[in-house]
Amino acid sequence: MEEQFLQKFKEVLEVTDRNLSLSDKFRSYEEWDSLAFLSLIAMIDEEYDVIIDGKDFKQLETVEDIIQAVKERK
Amino acid sequence: MSYQQINNIRIDGIAACVPSKCEENSTLQMFNSSEEYEKFVATTGIERRHVVEPGMCTSDLCFAAAEKLINELQWDKSEIECLIFVSQTPDYKLPATACILQSRLGLSKECMSFDISMGCSGWIYGVTTISSILSAGHIQKGLLLVGDTVTVTKSPLDKSTYPLFGDAGTATAVSYNKEAADIKACLYTDGANYEAIMIEDGGCRNPVNPASFEITEYENGVKRNKLQSILDGSSVFTFGISKAPQCVNNLIEHFSIEKDNIDYFIFHQANMLMNEKIRTKLKLPEEKVPYILKDFGNSSSASIPLTIVVALKELVEKSPLKMIACGFGVGLSWGAIAFELDKIVCCKLIEL
Repeated sequence: MEEQFLQKFKEVLEVTDRNLSLSDKFRSYEEWDSLAFLSLIAMIDEEYDVIIDGKDFKQLETVEDIIQAVKERK
Repeated sequence: MSYQQINNIRIDGIAACVPSKCEENSTLQMFNSSEEYEKFVATTGIERRHVVEPGMCTSDLCFAAAEKLINELQWDKSEIECLIFVSQTPDYKLPATACILQSRLGLSKECMSFDISMGCSGWIYGVTTISSILSAGHIQKGLLLVGDTVTVTKSPLDKSTYPLFGDAGTATAVSYNKEAADIKACLYTDGANYEAIMIEDGGCRNPVNPASFEITEYENGVKRNKLQSILDGSSVFTFGISKAPQCVNNLIEHFSIEKDNIDYFIFHQANMLMNEKIRTKLKLPEEKVPYILKDFGNSSSASIPLTIVVALKELVEKSPLKMIACGFGVGLSWGAIAFELDKIVCCKLIEL
């Protein structure tokens, strides 16, 4: 799942020039903004049938944290 | 659960009014580049919005809509005995704006008039409330005025909210009619998340004080003072895409509604990404779900009747239609209603 998630997240952010890694602090990405957030939540809902609510999402720091949050809600 | 089936109520007509001033999002300084603007439009679908000039209130827009609707319906004003104004942008803290509108519209003093403070779920709450009152048969005709001038409450320095919102006022006329199809409703509330959309200062909890005017930068491109509205996009988005489909499904299941028999599903117009998520989760065909986001943005409580006027005017005038409408937002508050529009009067959109 990790590989697939990294790929999907990359598409959400429209990143083409590098790979993302699990330990990345995603909020420091240049591409991260409120629209990227909406697209990410929509992607997670679509791909994994999981909704992470706003309050919970604020606690997440790394890409791995997001994957963990998805797994916990599956 | 708050399911209601309300009988003997006919929706006779709908009218809507927007300010003539139109603001193009492409001209906003807050977008740092044309790429940023393109991305905004691709996500939200919002290109332009109608915004009030200083001094123009929701009640002015609703007044114009009401006058035209009453005129086209050829209603005798003295027969209107219930007036409800639904908005979160009233004229004053007191009195209720409905009282001012009763007199301004020249309605009889024998008319119960009051305000309901609701935003994006406002038309759903308003239709349910006015229909319940009239359903008893004591009052024959009622007027529901629903709208907001949200642009007044948003910070022009907040790019997470300012380019999304437009202003509009609407009027919906209902009457007691034993031939009418039942209105079916379900309404919900989650006050635990009230902070997701709010104006912190200026009420009785935090009265206006000098600090209310201080502008704080919350994140890059998001600056506002405490008299301007917070919109926690992350909370509201997850709320919308989960609760709106769920409540439409609840309505359909509870009342055994045949989904395929519904001609149109009208959702509160929030933004395209959110609305499309809701539509696809409900597996609704595109042609049954009209959007007016491109030219009007999110007009809060007015968005559902405004969508009917803008997107379906000719249809609702000539053919009987079965509809489901769903509103969701500030409160947090949400709900859905199933209703029929049986060749109603639908006025051409008014620009003021």
